[in-house]
Amino acid sequence: MKIIVCLKQVPVKDSLLKIKDDETWVHEDDLSYEINESDHYALETALRLKEEHGGEVVILTMGADRVREAIKQGLAKGAERAIHINNESFTTIDSNINAKILAAAIKTEQPDLILTGLQTDDYGSAQTGVILAEYLGLPHAGIVMEIQKQEGSIKVKRELESGWFQSVELPMPALLTIQSGINQLRYATIKGIMMAKKKEIKQPTLSDLGLSESDVAPGSSSLKFQKIYVPKKTKQTQFFEGDPKDIASQLVDKLRNEAKVF
Amino acid sequence: MSLDILVVAEQRDGELNRSTLEAVVAAQNLGKDLGGKEIGLLVLGQNVSDLASELTSKGVNEVLLAEHDKIADYTPGGYAAAVKQIVENENPTYVLFSHTYMVRDYAPKLTTSMQKPLLSDCVRYVMDGGNPVFTRQVFQGKVDADFVLEGDGPHFVSFQVGAFNADNLDTGTSGSVRNADISMDDVEIRTKVLEIFEGVKQEVDLSKAERIVSVGRGIKKEENLELMRDLAGVLDAEISASRPVCDDGWLPLDRQVGSSGQTVSPKLYFAVGISGAIQHIVGMKNSGAIVAINKDPHAPIFDIADYAVVGDLFEVIPAVIAELKG
Repeated sequence: MKIIVCLKQVPVKDSLLKIKDDETWVHEDDLSYEINESDHYALETALRLKEEHGGEVVILTMGADRVREAIKQGLAKGAERAIHINNESFTTIDSNINAKILAAAIKTEQPDLILTGLQTDDYGSAQTGVILAEYLGLPHAGIVMEIQKQEGSIKVKRELESGWFQSVELPMPALLTIQSGINQLRYATIKGIMMAKKKEIKQPTLSDLGLSESDVAPGSSSLKFQKIYVPKKTKQTQFFEGDPKDIASQLVDKLRNEAKVF
Repeated sequence: MSLDILVVAEQRDGELNRSTLEAVVAAQNLGKDLGGKEIGLLVLGQNVSDLASELTSKGVNEVLLAEHDKIADYTPGGYAAAVKQIVENENPTYVLFSHTYMVRDYAPKLTTSMQKPLLSDCVRYVMDGGNPVFTRQVFQGKVDADFVLEGDGPHFVSFQVGAFNADNLDTGTSGSVRNADISMDDVEIRTKVLEIFEGVKQEVDLSKAERIVSVGRGIKKEENLELMRDLAGVLDAEISASRPVCDDGWLPLDRQVGSSGQTVSPKLYFAVGISGAIQHIVGMKNSGAIVAINKDPHAPIFDIADYAVVGDLFEVIPAVIAELKG
């Protein structure tokens, strides 16, 4: 079974985000990056499927040079090889464009299964995986919590809201978007890190993928990004400061006498 | 009748998803702001005509009913194909959804098949020069981003659960049901639905709790739950958690608050080490007094907190327990 896992690098949780003066995005130079949380689980899921059923896991990612760090981590954990579409110019908030580029890279690979995280922690549109399936003409299942491979098909458990689940069967090839928490993540071993150094990382250009700059230009979409900014607070928040004892007495006083929660 | 705004309702076994009416409120507001627009509400499924009739009293001009055995159970292929046909026939300017798990699963497929973008998970809009500017959150709610939709439409927008309040529904207009013809002969449903089931037996009903201590990743280790149980004890509160804590098995899944867990509105919600990702906030933002303790001053939980402490919870919580014990 050949499995492609799409990984995205996002700013680490709790990053201090500074918005650029022109409000187009945050300052990226001073940020550290990590693999997007649900993508991590997608990778783990792919590795477990491979270990059980054989085959190979191919990492697919796009972005600047920094994403090699994410690739190395994935290869060290056990993926066989990687495809890195290295181009800074098309970092875009438009899920359609991102999916179009990923689709072009996947077409030549003919995988049995494509796994993505269900949403990224930066843009958070929760769309790229589903759009990618549509571009590839494949069936998909979103928010997946369990996968069982069968002969030519897969059975998956999808999460619905409020503790409900749906179990469905899909023919392969198919695309699944993976929910965080589907399994326990592994750590890379020293041996894995050593072996990763010899693994292949392909870096196709847009023209290698049969795409032109105009295919990935954001201008053609009717959706126009305007600006980003720090959210306006809608609530009056009282902050308590001081040593822990002071904080505790102020807080408990407010809860008792102002909020009257006891 | 020509519809300007189409809201796609969500149902399972004839039962309406509670967030559908929020999307109708969004449509009513947008309709007014655009100068009095006709609103349609689309009900999809099989044997859902009773629900459709019920919805005629919800302040829409028309309820469109699309029934077919290929959409009896939800599948992304069936729903995307059915909604596409209806949007093409009705040609509304806006198609609105509530950003539920179901919509996340099929709406991007639908819009891509129509070569349109989906503006997903918006929290509000404001009018600017006669056109709506939509806001969605990025970086897990830490930053807001504004977008506009240019051209004639149809424009597809989904709103975050809780972005509009269903209590504000204007029921002044009453509509009628119209059958929307759909042809599903050429639609191949590749997803086979096997079953729908409740995963965890809900043993605790957190929705009835008056006080809740809720813990997040910030407590760092399972052993630290003891301290949180002590706090819950002195507050006479139930204990709950954000998703990562339940994923790690530190607390059972039926103690999870958020879009995939329970929705709560206690008098006191005491959030400890919870950053406040959107998926958590939708499950608790209607709580009475919200207390947040977190070391990250930029954590989104502070945006909705009444009382806040930026600091080390391992210092603050013991002091709070001592103070409460008096």
